[in-house]
Amino acid sequence: MATRPLTTGEIIGSKLSGPRVHVADMVLTGLLLISLFSSLLVLITLLADTVHTALPVLADRGWSFVTSPLSADPSKAGVIQGIMGSLSLTGFVVIFGFPLGVTAAIYLEEYARDTRLTRFVTANVRNLAGVPSVVYGILGLAVFVTALGGLTNGRTIISGGLTLTVLVLPIMIITTSEALRAVPSTIREASYGVGATKWETIRHHVLPIALPAILTGTVLTVARAFGESAPLLLAGALVTNFFQPSADAGLGQLIADERYTALPLVVFNWARQPQAEFVQLTAAAIVVLLVLLLTVNATTIVIRDRFEARALR
Amino acid sequence: MTSHMPTQHLATTVTPPSDPDAEVGILVTEDLTVHYGSFPAVRDVSMVIKPNQITALIGPSGCGKSTVLRCFNRMNDLIDTARVSGGVAYHGVDLYGPSVDPVQVRRHIGMVFQKPNPFPKSIYANIAFGAKIAGMKDNLDDLVEESLTKAALWEEVKDKLHESANALSGGQQQRLCIARAIATSPDVVLMDEPASALDPIATLRIEELMTELKREYTIVVVTHNMQQAARVSDRTAFFNVAVAEDGHRTGRLVEYGDTPTIFTNPRQKATEDYITGRFG
Repeated sequence: MATRPLTTGEIIGSKLSGPRVHVADMVLTGLLLISLFSSLLVLITLLADTVHTALPVLADRGWSFVTSPLSADPSKAGVIQGIMGSLSLTGFVVIFGFPLGVTAAIYLEEYARDTRLTRFVTANVRNLAGVPSVVYGILGLAVFVTALGGLTNGRTIISGGLTLTVLVLPIMIITTSEALRAVPSTIREASYGVGATKWETIRHHVLPIALPAILTGTVLTVARAFGESAPLLLAGALVTNFFQPSADAGLGQLIADERYTALPLVVFNWARQPQAEFVQLTAAAIVVLLVLLLTVNATTIVIRDRFEARALR
Repeated sequence: MTSHMPTQHLATTVTPPSDPDAEVGILVTEDLTVHYGSFPAVRDVSMVIKPNQITALIGPSGCGKSTVLRCFNRMNDLIDTARVSGGVAYHGVDLYGPSVDPVQVRRHIGMVFQKPNPFPKSIYANIAFGAKIAGMKDNLDDLVEESLTKAALWEEVKDKLHESANALSGGQQQRLCIARAIATSPDVVLMDEPASALDPIATLRIEELMTELKREYTIVVVTHNMQQAARVSDRTAFFNVAVAEDGHRTGRLVEYGDTPTIFTNPRQKATEDYITGRFG
C-alpha cells in the first residue's frame, strides 16, 4: 500500500505540536506561590490572633480605650499619651528628617563632585543606615538629652524626636539619592539644552520626576520611626503605668517641658505586666498602633498621588 | 577656503551677500580638541559653519562628531572629565571665553537629541519652559502656537496642548523637541542624530522640517545616515577615527566641503571609502 506523502501543513503541524504543559514552569509557579502565601500566612495569623485577643477590650471600652490616659488599673488604662507621643515624634521626623534628608541627597547626587571625600561620605551614609537602632538611642541620650539638655530640656519629645530624626536620616538620604539617580539623564540634557540652570533643572524636572519615589521612601521611613522603641527607651521616653502632664500644659509645653511615652513603649510596658487583663490591653494597643500607622501611610500616599498628578501639568 | 555663494534661483538659501557671517561663518572652530580625562576624543578640528545652512557631521562611531557638536552649546561642560581646548567662536565671540555663561549660550544655540526626550509634562509646558526660565511671561500662548507651527506639529496637537507629551508618537515627540528648541528663539539649532530612533516616514518629516527651518536657523546635524546627509545638508564634514597603539581612539576632521563635492568627488580616500560603504 502506497503511503500518501505528507502535506506541508502536516509536517509543520507535527513540528509545532508540543506538550503544551511545561512541568518546570508549573512547579516554579507553585513554589513561588507557596513562598508568597507562607510569608502572608505568618502575617495574617499574627494579625488575626492580635485582633482576636484585642476584641473584648475594643468592644467593651470602645473609644474610651483610645482616649484614656495610662493607668495601673486595667479597666481604666488607655493609650492616649502613647498616641500623642508617637504622633509628635513622627511630626519631628517629618519636619526635620524629610527636608534634611532630601537636601543632603540633592547635594550628594547633584552638586558634589565625584571625589574621594564624596565617595567616603556616601559609603558611610550607607553604613549608618545599617547601625542598630539602639545605638542611636545611646547617641540620643548622650547628645540630645545630656549634652544639649539646655536646649532640649532633657527627657522631652524634642530629644526623642531628634533621636528618631538622626535614626532615619541615612535611610532618607539613600532612598532620595536613588530616586534622583533614576531620573533619566536625557531629561536633564533636555532641560540644560533649552538654557536652564542647574537649579532650574533640578527644581522643574528632576525633583518632580523623583518625588513619587522620594515620598514612597518617606512612607517607609516614617513607618520605621513610628515603630521604634529601643532608641526611645534610652532617649528618655517613659515606660510606666502612670504619668500625668500638668493639667494646663499647652502643646508647646507638652513637647518641650514634659515627659513622654510612645505607643510601642506602651505595648512593651503592658506586655510585661503580670495581670492577665494586660494581655488583652497589649493586643488592643497593637491594633491601635497598626491602625495609626496605616493612616499615616495612607495620608502620605494620597499626598504622593496628588504630587504625581500635578507633576504632569 | 572657497566661499559657496548661493545662486539666485535657489530660494532655499537666502543668505544675504552683505551678511558678514556669510563670509566668516556663524560658528568657527580653530584647532578644537576635546579630552575625556587625559585622552583626546577628538583633535584639531578647524571648520567654519555658515549661517542658514545645514551642516552635516558624518563619520564612523567614535569619530568625535557628537563631541564636536556638543562643544557648540557647551553641553560638554556637563561631563566632569571633559576638557576643551582650542577655540569655538560664535559670531566672533569665543564660546569658552571667561565671561561666557554656558546657560546663556544654550539659549542662543538650541539642541535636539538623539532620542526624543520630551519632559513628562504637557505639550504646552514642554514648549513654554524655555521661555519661562528666560523670563518671558506674556504671550506664552502665541509662542507655543508659533513654535509648534514652525515644527509642523500644531495641526496634530492643537486640541490636546494640555495632555502629556508622552502620549505622542516618537516622530511627534521629536518634532515637539524641535519646537521646544526653537521656542527660545535661538539662531543655531544643533541636532544629534535627530532621526535615528524614528521610522522612515517620521524621518522624512524631520528632514523636510530641517529644510524648512534653515530659512530662519543655522542647523548643524550629526547623522549616521549618509543618505540623510546627502539629502538635507549643504555642507558635510567627514570625521574619521584613528586608533592609537595603546588602543585609545581619537577622532579627526578628514574632509569638509559642499555636500555634492563630498559625495561625488571627495579628495580623501577615507571619505570615499566611507561614503561608498566600504567601512563604518
